[in-house]
Amino acid sequence: MTLLWIPLLSLIGSVISACTGKLSRNLSTSLTALAPLTALGITLYHAPAVLAGETIRYSLAWIPSIGLDLSLRLDGLSLLFMFMILGIGLLVILYTRYYLSANDSMAKLYSYLMLFMTAMLGIVMSNNVIQLWLFWELTSISSFLLISFWWHKSEARKGARMALAVTGAGGLALLAGLMLLGDIVGSYDLDVILASKAIIQSHDLYEVALVLVLLGAFTKSAQFPFHFWLPHAMAAPTPVSAYLHSATMVKAGIFLLARFHPALAGTDTWFLLVGLTGLATLLFGAYIALFKHDLKGLLAYSTISHLGLITLLLGLDTELATVAAIFHIINHATFKASLFMAVGIIDHETGTRDMRKLNGMWRYLPYTATLAMVAAAAMAGVPLLNGFLSKEMFFAETLHQQVLGSMSWLIPVLATVAGAFAVAYSARFIHDVFFNGDPINLPRIPHEPPRYMRVPIEILVVICLLVGMFPHFAIDGILSAASLAVLGQKMPHYELAIWHGFNLPLLMSAMAVVGGLFIYVNRKYLFQFQASLPPLNAKKTFERVILSVIAWCQSKVSSTENGSLQRYLVIMLAVVLLCAGWPLFEMQQLAGSMPLTPVDVHNAIGAGLLIIGALATVIWHRSRMVSLLMLSIVGLMVSVVFTRFSAPDLALTQLTVEVVTIILLMLALFFLPQHTPKESSSLRVLRDLAIASTLGVVIASICYALLTRPLDSISDFFIANAKIGGGGTNVVNVILVDFRGFDTLGEITVLGIAALGIFKVLSRIPLFMPASDSEGRPWAKERHPILLASISQSLLPLALLVSAYIFLRGHNLPGGGFIAGLVTSIAFILQYMAHGTAWINERFDVNYRKIIASGIGISLFTGVGSWFFDKPFLTTWFDYFDIPFVGKTELASAIAFDLGVYLTVVGATLMILASLGNMTADTQKKEVNI
Amino acid sequence: MELLYASCVGVLVSCGVFLLLRARTFPVVLGLTMISYAVNLFLFSAGRLTINKAVVLGTGTEYADPLPQALVLTAIVIGFAMTAFVVILAIRGRADLGSDHVDGYVPNTSADNKEQK
Repeated sequence: MTLLWIPLLSLIGSVISACTGKLSRNLSTSLTALAPLTALGITLYHAPAVLAGETIRYSLAWIPSIGLDLSLRLDGLSLLFMFMILGIGLLVILYTRYYLSANDSMAKLYSYLMLFMTAMLGIVMSNNVIQLWLFWELTSISSFLLISFWWHKSEARKGARMALAVTGAGGLALLAGLMLLGDIVGSYDLDVILASKAIIQSHDLYEVALVLVLLGAFTKSAQFPFHFWLPHAMAAPTPVSAYLHSATMVKAGIFLLARFHPALAGTDTWFLLVGLTGLATLLFGAYIALFKHDLKGLLAYSTISHLGLITLLLGLDTELATVAAIFHIINHATFKASLFMAVGIIDHETGTRDMRKLNGMWRYLPYTATLAMVAAAAMAGVPLLNGFLSKEMFFAETLHQQVLGSMSWLIPVLATVAGAFAVAYSARFIHDVFFNGDPINLPRIPHEPPRYMRVPIEILVVICLLVGMFPHFAIDGILSAASLAVLGQKMPHYELAIWHGFNLPLLMSAMAVVGGLFIYVNRKYLFQFQASLPPLNAKKTFERVILSVIAWCQSKVSSTENGSLQRYLVIMLAVVLLCAGWPLFEMQQLAGSMPLTPVDVHNAIGAGLLIIGALATVIWHRSRMVSLLMLSIVGLMVSVVFTRFSAPDLALTQLTVEVVTIILLMLALFFLPQHTPKESSSLRVLRDLAIASTLGVVIASICYALLTRPLDSISDFFIANAKIGGGGTNVVNVILVDFRGFDTLGEITVLGIAALGIFKVLSRIPLFMPASDSEGRPWAKERHPILLASISQSLLPLALLVSAYIFLRGHNLPGGGFIAGLVTSIAFILQYMAHGTAWINERFDVNYRKIIASGIGISLFTGVGSWFFDKPFLTTWFDYFDIPFVGKTELASAIAFDLGVYLTVVGATLMILASLGNMTADTQKKEVNI
Repeated sequence: MELLYASCVGVLVSCGVFLLLRARTFPVVLGLTMISYAVNLFLFSAGRLTINKAVVLGTGTEYADPLPQALVLTAIVIGFAMTAFVVILAIRGRADLGSDHVDGYVPNTSADNKEQK
């Protein structure tokens, strides 16, 4: 359980820090630091067991049926990364306190940082690969937020977008790779995957999965040729760079390589892909770093180069190389984080990061300079510092590999060359910034920064020194635990020592130092050479590619999307036709096994009327009123069909809905033209006829095929349980309010939303009120005929009585909330028609929105009510009572639910019609009470 | 009778689709309404054609299938809500754009759109 608290605390910290915007800077920093400190405490509590070789697991079942659990694990490798994430994270939080100016929102940056920390912790602790991927994507998103923190700068936005595009695309490849792995192994459990090396590597799709996973790792770790996003991500505030590019974001890719090392490594493909990519990145980064005038640019390419070094080590075929890789992960994190922070101080104090202007800083910032120089020396691999030890191991391992067959000797040579460039750019960093004459045109005179801004650097530099001088004491425990997690039983014996005697690696180190200093002294010629090369602007290339993709998409969209609704409809209908029609061709016989029932004369007449009505609607569709009347015949016949085939509930609903629909459409004709102009060309009509009739034939065939096949229904359950479980004999109603009550709740909600939508659409409509129809006839000779008014008024109580009766009997006989609601609505609509809205509003001033809300509310709370009796949502309760004079009566909670349905239907229907009707009555009075 | 029923559904679909493809909003609304009739009848037919069967428990031995009926009942009401929404949208479109063409304007203004005001 305590394991879960580590990412959870960090997530909570993200929320807490977001709320500290109004507090003082110190308080905000302390509150933010609280969560990672606690998490670090929990990690330390687990550390002894993990260092002893144990793996701690925690799992919380989420959807066990498809193997999705929240599952965490803590082994040596995770522990190492968690120390870096939490430890350096805490230092960065402290550093940010002094780095950010008062104009920047510190709470926002802290919140993003903590979110990012959560994502990183999630990656290193996940024991399920899909879960791992989720956190992986979260790092992409949160790093986007961090890099674009200074969003008002164009370069920050572009850099953030580039980072997101590259790492996001890699993330998708990774997802595909992980799913393939899960498919090969049969489990998404990391434990299972790591233990299935043989199955994975003998599988046909091993190479595909490997390449996909590596794409994810390489894009994240900025490996060549995906490195270009990293220098542009330097537009982020420096604390962010210090965090993302030393210990976390880019190390996530390395972590992935190390994590999947037990399952994926060991084949030639792995060694070639990982080794060569690492080698190329190592050389490329080290070379370019030398030419960067921007301090952060230098560190960015140096980071790329060191990431390449670690990748190369993971791609070498010796076990010790893996140990060296893990060792260098630690060392690089410490010296690179401190260097970034030192650069941040220099930038903060001088206002520039340009090495051509920054000279002689030693005089102004002696203390910071000392710290930075120690860290830079560690980066170069100077003895007595941690960088030296891992670089020695690296040189030694390049000598022992056989990755390139007979050409393997090339690797140590190229490694030495890269080492020389590392010394050269480190020398440039030290000499150009701190010595080399006087500063040129600095924006301001630098001073030493506040005391506590240096503390994080001091801590990191002390670690560099401790590891460099007493490696066995300082680092051996965690290094061996992490290596054990990666290598398992193949764990080699190794000796961390400063002095291994005069040997080849030492010679290589010496050559690198001498060569590096030589390069630095003669840098003028190299700079000239580099300047003569054609400029390679990754950002421009990237943007060109992105723009061309967007242009391509736009051209495709505009060629299909021309704004013609009729055209879209034709395309959609064609798809429907294809999907529905195709299976018909594969059927052997359309008619099923059931015998046909004979056609009696009633049915024939009904069908004839229905067909004639439908055709007449189409034929007279230009005269809209006639067409509408024809449509009402169809609606009426549909309700007759329901009556005929034993569905009284449906017939009642259809009949009442039909009345409301036709009245609504007639009202609509008041605002719309009464005639349709002749527009379609004959060819268009022919095309539409062809589509319509083909679709009709297809649907009719499917319907016929359905009708002639035996019925295999699940309804027996409903029929058997309606009375004993739902307490009603009208099964249709019991299904609506009980068995499928949740559906009904959704449906009345939709009804309510539609009514509210209509209310909104009609508000502030620019009205045009034709005084007569299109042929010049007045709408009515008499607006409110006295006969209609008096009859409808006396009918109202009767209609309401009928609707109450229909409502109450609904559970046991045809009826229910829907039908009763519609009957009530029609009764009221009749009043509106007979008396006009003004007359109604005077006497019956009801807010229909409140009726809808109370209806949905009643239904919802009836459902929630069953929770109080420890029953699932919407469980019906019913019992029988002896009520005086009435006799034995059943009371069911379903009737309350049905009351909600009733109220919603009444509210929605009346609101729709009254909204529209109001506008016909009074154009001046815009704000009407609906 | 099955054939007759299926034909009715087919005719409703054809007429509905033809109206759906017209260029003005009102016929489209009529087409949608007609298609919803067809869909409701089609769904209802999933319970097969049962004449004079019992619907209320205890009034007979053989029952009509209640499940499609329950589904169609809500479909009718929802269908009404959608028809209402579409027709109101059409009114609003006409009011805002001055045309009841489905695209919001008449693509190539021909001589016979006298309805335009």
